[in-house]
Amino acid sequence: MSAHDTHASHGSHGGAGSYLVGFVLAVVLTVIPFGAVMKGMVHGSQAVALIMGAAVIQILVHLRYFLHIDGKTDRWTLQALIFTIFVLGIVLGGSLWVMHNMNTNMMPTAMQMPMGD
Amino acid sequence: MTSATITAHGGHHDHHEEHHDQFGTVQLGFWVYLMSDCVIFSGLFATYAVMSTAFAGGPTPHTIFDLPYVAVETALLLFSSITYGFAMIGAHKGNKGAAMGWLVITALFGLGFIGMEVHEFAKLIHEGAGPDRSGWLSSFFALVGTHGLHVTSGLVWMTVMLVQVARRGLTETNIRRLTCLSLFWHFLDVIWIGVFSLVYLMGVSA
Repeated sequence: MSAHDTHASHGSHGGAGSYLVGFVLAVVLTVIPFGAVMKGMVHGSQAVALIMGAAVIQILVHLRYFLHIDGKTDRWTLQALIFTIFVLGIVLGGSLWVMHNMNTNMMPTAMQMPMGD
Repeated sequence: MTSATITAHGGHHDHHEEHHDQFGTVQLGFWVYLMSDCVIFSGLFATYAVMSTAFAGGPTPHTIFDLPYVAVETALLLFSSITYGFAMIGAHKGNKGAAMGWLVITALFGLGFIGMEVHEFAKLIHEGAGPDRSGWLSSFFALVGTHGLHVTSGLVWMTVMLVQVARRGLTETNIRRLTCLSLFWHFLDVIWIGVFSLVYLMGVSA
């Protein structure tokens, strides 16, 4: 029994129902942005908001229903996840911020050059 | 003699405890590996985001991306995620046939995904839109290619697990390995959400 408890706390696994709920949610969250972009219903910042919003929610759905990150997950796993999200924010946000600043502060002639060519 | 017996017994007992605790430790270790892999992908995503308009007068997402094709790739990966879930349910029930059957189906979906991706890459390179064409295409091939290599490794691992389960059955060790592979496989589907959103959808809608 104690072995089973240890097992459950680290490797909690859902039943078929839980996987199906996750799957249906994932399908809906995939179809919405694909449909909107393919039909040309969204443009510009609206498209960015819809695509990124659906992506973030779908990632949460996958974490919850497929990777089984929930209230029963042990704190070390959660800490590793939260730290990684923190690093992800620095790498992604930092890169875009630095490169944006660099581009806006460039000489006009250099700005017309394609970047990273 | 008595002391030797006690030592042997004690040693065995320790090993026994360790064996059960190992499940959680291995899984946490594997999770830490996945998180470090996530950091690798964050670098590739950041590079792609920075390079996303570096077309060098070459092709743009509008001209070379085929969204219906990407939608099918996405569907294949998503189906493979749920079939792997069914394989794990079978494994936990001790149903060897179900576990192996679902694993084979998962591997076929994964193989279909890789086949489509290789075909897409070959077509792009043939059209002169290879990784050497522009900064944008270099970062595209690096990001999507790294994900593809991960899926390929997952398929190799899945093949090994099919042999392991066929020969030794659903032992505790094999279930532990299958659990790690399930984390790996579902993690790759999470990365793919980032790829189809940031690369394909954002590229075409921009």
